[in-house]
Amino acid sequence: MSKYKVNKTFQEINAKIKSGKAVVVTAEEMIGIVKDEGPEKAAKKVDVVTTGTFSPMCSSGAFINFGHSVPGIKASRVWLNDVPCYAGIAAVDLYIGATEPTENDPLNIIYPGEFLYGGGHVIQDLVAGKPVRLRAESYGTHCYPRKFYEKTVRLSDLPYARLVNPRNVYQNYNCAVNLTKKTVYTYMGTLKPNAGNANYCTAGQLSPLFNDPLYQTIGTGTRIFIGGAPGYVICEGTQHNPNASRTDRGIPRTPAGTLMVTGDMKQMNARFLRGVSLLGYGCSLAVGIGVPIPVLNEEIAMRTGISDEEIVTQVVDYGEGYPKGKGESLAEVTYAQLRSGHITLNGKKVKTAPLSSYVRAREIAETLKEWINKGSFLLGEPQELLPGPAEK
Amino acid sequence: MYKKMIVLRFPPEITDQPLVCSLSREHDLCFNILKAKILPGQEGIMVLEVSGIKKNVTAGLRYLREHGVKVKSVSQEVRRKDDICFQCGACTAICPTNALYLDQETFEVKFEPELCKGCEFCIAICPVRAMELRFSHEKVLV
Repeated sequence: MSKYKVNKTFQEINAKIKSGKAVVVTAEEMIGIVKDEGPEKAAKKVDVVTTGTFSPMCSSGAFINFGHSVPGIKASRVWLNDVPCYAGIAAVDLYIGATEPTENDPLNIIYPGEFLYGGGHVIQDLVAGKPVRLRAESYGTHCYPRKFYEKTVRLSDLPYARLVNPRNVYQNYNCAVNLTKKTVYTYMGTLKPNAGNANYCTAGQLSPLFNDPLYQTIGTGTRIFIGGAPGYVICEGTQHNPNASRTDRGIPRTPAGTLMVTGDMKQMNARFLRGVSLLGYGCSLAVGIGVPIPVLNEEIAMRTGISDEEIVTQVVDYGEGYPKGKGESLAEVTYAQLRSGHITLNGKKVKTAPLSSYVRAREIAETLKEWINKGSFLLGEPQELLPGPAEK
Repeated sequence: MYKKMIVLRFPPEITDQPLVCSLSREHDLCFNILKAKILPGQEGIMVLEVSGIKKNVTAGLRYLREHGVKVKSVSQEVRRKDDICFQCGACTAICPTNALYLDQETFEVKFEPELCKGCEFCIAICPVRAMELRFSHEKVLV
């Protein structure tokens, strides 16, 4: 006997998607539905809730096979547009990481460094169909005698190019301020002295893991929107921490769950994959991801009805506390407060700014909704759910 | 004290005339040349901060215009490449005049050039370098 009044399966929802009868709404639309009709009616009415996020996600990169030349090379060092790649895998395989700067980039020698081009930009250029210069070196072997290889390639020339991001879609993130007297340049953006601004970086109520906070539907094999194409959740991402402190509604108060995700670059769109340069910090890749949440029962309906008023995060000092490894919370704020344009910290009004594009997050949730409504995107039932919080 | 950041463009035929010094000699203005490139036979460009009594600044700029110099304020030179901006909002944290701000209804990042004072903070801070100074293409920075 189920503990729920509404019980739906992935198969039933997929059958409805195929016959064009599934009811799909975005996470923003679901807030009003749950509020007006209650979780049970909402669960009966809605089959899928779509989410979205579009932010810099540093732990991103791509596995690329560039094909054998004649004569062949066992590439031991490879560069794409002068960005070093990891080549310690098979002869013509490589991994390019989003945060790898161009070789000979001045980095932070002239502070703050600009980091104008790096691995994330190479990925964006490839997806945009632009030519990219590939350079490979080797020590030469009997079977692969070539020691040097250089070629201009486009994504369409590459036999294999797959985005494999070890940590994306962070469930919650700190709100950063700077309490020192000097401007600091961080991965949370430029922070003015004396708490001159407070930067935050999630899509809040639209963000995938805030809508399934206890990982009741997401895991290995969940089909997702990634960089404009269909892709998959591989498993939990690096630093996945399900045991973070949570609110009564199960929302983590600090950074918690993460996803390792993948997708075929050849199907992607550069609108949803953007190389970024964070002043004084480094380069990265902004990734657009959307996860569909099947409304299997009234509990999941209730959870997808979460709004910015009920999602909290911690304000942390990135001027002194965080770099010293003592990033204790200065205050707890809601995403509704962050989105209002300012928060109050120690009695002082502090201007807030996002690093995550809410406009694009909304576009992703809408696009995913459209795909499902057209019947071209079915839900993937996870073979294993993400590790959840330890039983208390 | 009134201050204004301006961009001056000198047509090739007047680059040999001493015009900017008149701002100080005849209009009692102080000026600080921030960037300049004046070569014979080519259009010259100069980025200038002018300060003094507002009336004198107006008269001085009128003098330059009457002598064929094209005068624009720096703010008119800051531009957003809308095809590149992905609406993240990082710039709204540092824009001192709120020329870049987040629309509270739609969360779109809006840019109002008339509020821009040309401080250029947004240019290096934008993660995708969507903000640009038009005259940076005119080789004045090279």
